[in-house]
Amino acid sequence: MTFSITINGETREIDAPGDMPLLWALRNELGMVGTKFGCGIGMCGACTVHVDGQATRSCSLPLSAVGDKQVSTIEALGQTPVGQALQQAWLDEDVMQCGYCQAGQLMNATALLNNNPNPTDDEISAAMSGNICRCACYGRIHEAIAKVARDEETANA
Amino acid sequence: MPKQLELSRRLFLKSSAVAGGGFALAISVPFAASANAEAGAQELTAFVTIHPDNKVTIIGKNPEIGQGIKTMLPMLIAEELDADWDDVSIEQADTNAAKYGLQLAGGSFATPMNWMPMRQAGAAARAMLMGAAAQRWNVDVSALATEPGRVVQPGTNRSATFGELASDAVLQPVPDPASLTLKDQADFRIIGRAIGGIDSPKIVRGEPIFGVDTQLEGMVYAAYERSPVFGARLVSADLEAAKAQPGVIDAFIVEGNGNATELVDGIAVIADNWWLANKARSALAPVWDNGEWESHSTAGYAAAAQEYWAAGGGEVFAEKGDVDTGFAEAAQTFEAEYHYPFLAHVPMEPMNCTALYNDDGSIEMWAPSQTPQGGQGSVANYLGITPDKVTVHITRMGGGFGRRLNNDYMVQVAAIAKQMPGTPVQLIWSREDDVRSDFYRPAGWHRLRAGVDEAGKLTTWADHFVSFDLGGGQFNPATMPADEFPAKYVDNLRFEQHMMRTAVPMGALRAPTSNAMAFVMQSFLDEVAHATGKDLPTLMLELTDGVEAEPMTMGFIGPQPGFSAPRLQAVTRKVLEMSPWGEEMPEGHALGFGFYYSHMGYFAEVVEASLNAGNRPVVHNVWCAGDVGRQIINPFGALNQVNGAIIDGLGQAMQLAVEIEGGAAKQSNFHNYPLPRMPMTPDIHVEWVLSDNDPTGLGEPALPPVIPALTNALFALTGKRVRSLPIRPEMFA
Repeated sequence: MTFSITINGETREIDAPGDMPLLWALRNELGMVGTKFGCGIGMCGACTVHVDGQATRSCSLPLSAVGDKQVSTIEALGQTPVGQALQQAWLDEDVMQCGYCQAGQLMNATALLNNNPNPTDDEISAAMSGNICRCACYGRIHEAIAKVARDEETANA
Repeated sequence: MPKQLELSRRLFLKSSAVAGGGFALAISVPFAASANAEAGAQELTAFVTIHPDNKVTIIGKNPEIGQGIKTMLPMLIAEELDADWDDVSIEQADTNAAKYGLQLAGGSFATPMNWMPMRQAGAAARAMLMGAAAQRWNVDVSALATEPGRVVQPGTNRSATFGELASDAVLQPVPDPASLTLKDQADFRIIGRAIGGIDSPKIVRGEPIFGVDTQLEGMVYAAYERSPVFGARLVSADLEAAKAQPGVIDAFIVEGNGNATELVDGIAVIADNWWLANKARSALAPVWDNGEWESHSTAGYAAAAQEYWAAGGGEVFAEKGDVDTGFAEAAQTFEAEYHYPFLAHVPMEPMNCTALYNDDGSIEMWAPSQTPQGGQGSVANYLGITPDKVTVHITRMGGGFGRRLNNDYMVQVAAIAKQMPGTPVQLIWSREDDVRSDFYRPAGWHRLRAGVDEAGKLTTWADHFVSFDLGGGQFNPATMPADEFPAKYVDNLRFEQHMMRTAVPMGALRAPTSNAMAFVMQSFLDEVAHATGKDLPTLMLELTDGVEAEPMTMGFIGPQPGFSAPRLQAVTRKVLEMSPWGEEMPEGHALGFGFYYSHMGYFAEVVEASLNAGNRPVVHNVWCAGDVGRQIINPFGALNQVNGAIIDGLGQAMQLAVEIEGGAAKQSNFHNYPLPRMPMTPDIHVEWVLSDNDPTGLGEPALPPVIPALTNALFALTGKRVRSLPIRPEMFA
């Protein structure tokens, strides 16, 4: 079956069964491998994308459920101001070790700040609790998000 | 006198011109004779290229698993070359033992192994650039100096960039290693600077960089069905049913090669999308012959341990004095049973490998492996070809933790690719495959006894250790060192063991043996300390009081410093100073201490813990004092390793176990193998004790002591002793 899906502002045709998760359409049908496979059951967050701006686990979203919603992925994250600021903060804090989960962390963090530009420390932890970092770079992920939130606040003051 | 690995007296350099006026230098440093010499790791090689535009390219030869080696090793070369770090770029090497020497990510070896040779390599290149400038300016080389990226003559305005000198430098004689002077620590410009990961900019943009991101023209995907019961053989499978599933290109049986570290029986399903290949596995209806192994279970092993303890008479592997007299004469004796479970590695990037088998019988592979040379050898053996016919590209890895020291997925994909010459195939494991087909941290059981004399001094120490016989020929992490602390510091000692047969695969998990022993030994010592009216750090300091550092010893990488009691004492004192040890804690909070020495690193840690309403431990703070020598090479990477190791250890202590039932792993994914998440992250306070020793590795040694520090804190809080991991909330109810 052919699905017509908007990804990073572009309409893409995907010929695949409707129950195929968006993750595997991105990775194996479209060659967009920035979005990562971690667990396949929505428990780790490595596959996080935005669907109409909401952080969504693409391993658990069937193609047939995407419809006309807007999908955006890590490949387009740098095109948004918050995404770009987070990418820079990730580098400034030298957040990562292996880096495999970081696409999902960044997508989730961007959705958090888009919805809540001034999260408390607990709100950051709660919002990021669905994203596993096996290297446990949690302190730096937390700090990078808090830093962007602080900078945004300063910029808007 | 500083203790350090000897400066190599033999340095082999080969310089060559690069098109356009560049200068390439290959530097080989013979490895000091070591236990590993037979493994073919006799030398280390560095490749540096200086381009006419002043750019410096350094080959990163070791696999990158997140330990930061691809950034750190070039820092060592660039420092002594006096390069401008902004001009340095790093290229990942392919697998080539003849060219690069040992390429390994494991054992926290890379730092001690490369600290001297990589700096010598940089210094050699710098000497040749200076020689070229001396010749060009007709001055003595002693009149010259370097600034980042250039040679200068102080007191004049003469200055030339490395790029400008490169074409002349290539003609310079190879320097005599004895003439090379390495920089003083105080003059370091790159070493000691917090430098971000070299690949990080690509990663935040989602660029393809990991093994599983490999994409080749016409590539297909493979999933591999194997028995959940370890040691099973395949009887039959419904291949036609699998082939009838959507998207499936082929399905075929792969016969194991009798070596479970390489290839077990299974069925490969090939499709043009991995999800479709994996889904089609459900149609295979495989029939397995599980043999005797399906009766195996963790519970069975635990029961067997009890029987071995009751029967006694294990194989004695360490003995001194007379433990029987020691216990008979002791004023106080202690006895306790300790246990820890199997653990899985679960790196975030699931096991995968991509291969293209060619019609001429050669194979090209894209392998996320911590031991790509080992994988190359295994694949060559399996295919019956020479290793030079196996090209192995080293990809960045989404974590390793020891899982990728075994290369079973490489042999699997080679076996699959051989069935489809000319078609690139990417094998990917599901997370369930990963959790249920790991080489687990071995479970172990210890029956410990201790005796103290009238004065409260620990005199007698005994352990009956039960674990697994993994067969010869491989590193066995199911062992207990014969000198396990406090063996050296008691008068009477006996360590005995029983090793059980099993088909459960086991391997090294970050800080192998240490991640288990630290919990057992530091907990039991804490029991002794409490019962004799002192705390554990006091007991540790007493046991090692006045003991001098041991002489250099022969290790995996050649001569290395022996165990140093003064370094143990220094980190112990440091962490007590850093933490509120001995102070009144907030209501419901308590502190615990743990020390461990592993991978040449000394770590003392204090944990502040409480219990939540559900009796689950909550860790608020961890104080950590570490000694890995006189220099932290990259503070960014170093702190990340320590913080990660501490959280990793807390996860193991609090919530992780793989249980064997019916010969198979019961756990399967993150819902029942729950890794630490952000909300459980404590505040971690790290300080370095900079001792006058060459720097050593940081991937592992910070992990072991945090586990007993937590369980000892829970004892201080509740009076209940954790003797089995993971910690179960019920015990505090």
